[in-house]
Amino acid sequence: MPDRPAVIYRYDGSFDGLLCCVFESYARRETPLDIRPADDPQAVLFPTHEVPTDADHAQRVFASLQKRISSEAQRQVQYAFLSCADDKALLIYRFIRLGLRHGARVMSMLTNDTVCAVDKAVRALLNERHHLLEFLRFSDFKGVLVATIEPKNFVLPLMQEHFCSRFPEERFLIYDKAHGMALIYRPYSAQIFSIEQLELPEADEYELAYRRLWKQYYNSIAIETRYNPRCRMGHMPKRFWGHMTEFEQEQRRLPHTAAGQVLPASETTDLSSPTRIK
Amino acid sequence: MELLDKLAILADAAKYDAACTSSGVDRAGQKGGIGGAVSAGLCHSFAADGRCISLLKVLFTNSCIYDCKYCVNRRSNDTRRTAFTPRELAELTIQFYRRNYIEGLFLSSGIVKSPDYTCEQLIKTLTLLREEYHFFGYIHVKAIPGADDSLIQRLGLLADRMSVNIELPSQQGLQLLAPDKSKLAILHPMGLIQRKVNENSTDLVRYRHAPKFAPAGQSTQMIVGATPDSDYQILNLTQSLYRRFGLKRVFFSAYTPVQSDALLPALDTKPPLLREHRLYQADWLLRFYGFDASELLDERHPNFNPVVDPKCNWALNHMEQFPVEVNTAAYEMLLRVPGIGVKSAQRIVTARRSGSLDFAGLKKIGVVLKRAQYFVTCRGKPVEGLKITPDGAMRALISERSAAMLPQNQAEQLSLFDPPPTREDVIKCLTGQL
Repeated sequence: MPDRPAVIYRYDGSFDGLLCCVFESYARRETPLDIRPADDPQAVLFPTHEVPTDADHAQRVFASLQKRISSEAQRQVQYAFLSCADDKALLIYRFIRLGLRHGARVMSMLTNDTVCAVDKAVRALLNERHHLLEFLRFSDFKGVLVATIEPKNFVLPLMQEHFCSRFPEERFLIYDKAHGMALIYRPYSAQIFSIEQLELPEADEYELAYRRLWKQYYNSIAIETRYNPRCRMGHMPKRFWGHMTEFEQEQRRLPHTAAGQVLPASETTDLSSPTRIK
Repeated sequence: MELLDKLAILADAAKYDAACTSSGVDRAGQKGGIGGAVSAGLCHSFAADGRCISLLKVLFTNSCIYDCKYCVNRRSNDTRRTAFTPRELAELTIQFYRRNYIEGLFLSSGIVKSPDYTCEQLIKTLTLLREEYHFFGYIHVKAIPGADDSLIQRLGLLADRMSVNIELPSQQGLQLLAPDKSKLAILHPMGLIQRKVNENSTDLVRYRHAPKFAPAGQSTQMIVGATPDSDYQILNLTQSLYRRFGLKRVFFSAYTPVQSDALLPALDTKPPLLREHRLYQADWLLRFYGFDASELLDERHPNFNPVVDPKCNWALNHMEQFPVEVNTAAYEMLLRVPGIGVKSAQRIVTARRSGSLDFAGLKKIGVVLKRAQYFVTCRGKPVEGLKITPDGAMRALISERSAAMLPQNQAEQLSLFDPPPTREDVIKCLTGQL
């Protein structure tokens, strides 16, 4: 379709919207130069075409991913859409075209630029999800568990099953500050909401006592003669530390508590600050 | 004593245990309960020493009737003693678990009164967790050597993984440093656990709801560097533990001096971390790379090369099997190329299904060529422009840690006349020099 005029597609930013771009491109027999969400501020010189979102069209494209490529490819496309790759819309579009041409083989075409880029984006997404399943920390606010995360990729939908299965009887909320979304669970249903801001109350004594116990444990379990901050950072990148209980500064003004006495600062072996270790 | 102090003491006393994995069992949560398990395990944090924190690893008590010389909790050591109550520990585990701090509990204990009594305390704690709190998270428990078989069995039905520490790699070492423990006392529960796990797997085929006995199998740990055992002995022992006792993991713990004793290395001895690292590398080769212990070490070379890793060492001694053609080599052979790991080998196998690979393609799919380039060809050709100099190859092959020990790179005068060293020169240099 080389002799068609260059065009840029705009879609509503939803997954269905993107699938409709694929539909539109096949229906109009043209290849868009780029696909941008409608709210994209970038000014463009090329003519643009607004692609309306049609649930029926989207469903047809989505079903054909499984039928004409493979269920792995279908999942790959879903995952890629959650990733933070800058040009993900165009990447996914190209990936689908390749898939429709080559079939199931597309998943193993790792040396192809598009397939490779999609694969990379999805791996980064799944890695980040795995990290957050590990490093996410809940705080107990009067029986409700609340956690804040700031992921690069939109991993919240991929975390839902893990936490809902693990805490069926709890009420909890995971707030994704970076994307302004929150996962809310109460027995036995979960929902993802868009949320502007989350104001949390001060933690109570009960919660603070467990935070102190955890910090104590964290510091006690390290072997000083094996101090190895590089190794720690390699496994647990620093960008996650901000929301992790073990790295939170002790709030000085708080009184000592029921669950345990706070050690004076000089006696706590704080392995997290490198100055204490020779 | 406050809970905070107890936790400090009993975590500190447990920290020399290397195992902290939560792997080997997949279990979804259940309504009415709390927790689940993921077969790959999850590491919820990493301590300042870079070791993973997956489980709440504590002793039930640090009092002990034994006097093992290498152990901080030995009877004759003057240290503060304390113990959890089963309720305290169960509550702490649940509260840590709810906050996503941990995957579960790793419970071990000093021996109080008798092995049987100690074992009963552990059973009490785990029963509380499993039956009252309906906790479905991961539990790793130490089998107490010397405890009655029926108690060990009850423990196994409550836990996901059990372990018996072999402590020292040889009977002589054990006699010298842990006079109260015998090889038999250690191997007996190990054999018992293995039999139970096996019996259980046939029961499960017959009755789907048969209670599971230690579904994540058993592991063990040995201390490296407290006795003069060679790497060869340790690796052979490791291999036979995997094969004969069906162990899931063998852990090594570089001996960290905790007290002075004429029989032990001096207090200022640094823990042999590099040696421990090499043993783990070799352990990986046994478990995931299809190597046999006899390929890595033998009587004439009883210890690992400190400069290159065990796989690279093997490759340099078997240059007749290289270079390997990336597009046609079997998966097993790809795994033997230094610099290609399990993930890279799998990606190569996947990618070459849809077309032949060149070096640019290898790079694109994420294979790091720094080391592998000396051992592979693509479409019959080595990396274009690969300058094989003894110094360059050596720097590429040795680990970064050892590289720091080499003299700094000197400026090199390019010459039009000297013939570049051949592949054979490099190999000679590497094998001779190392």
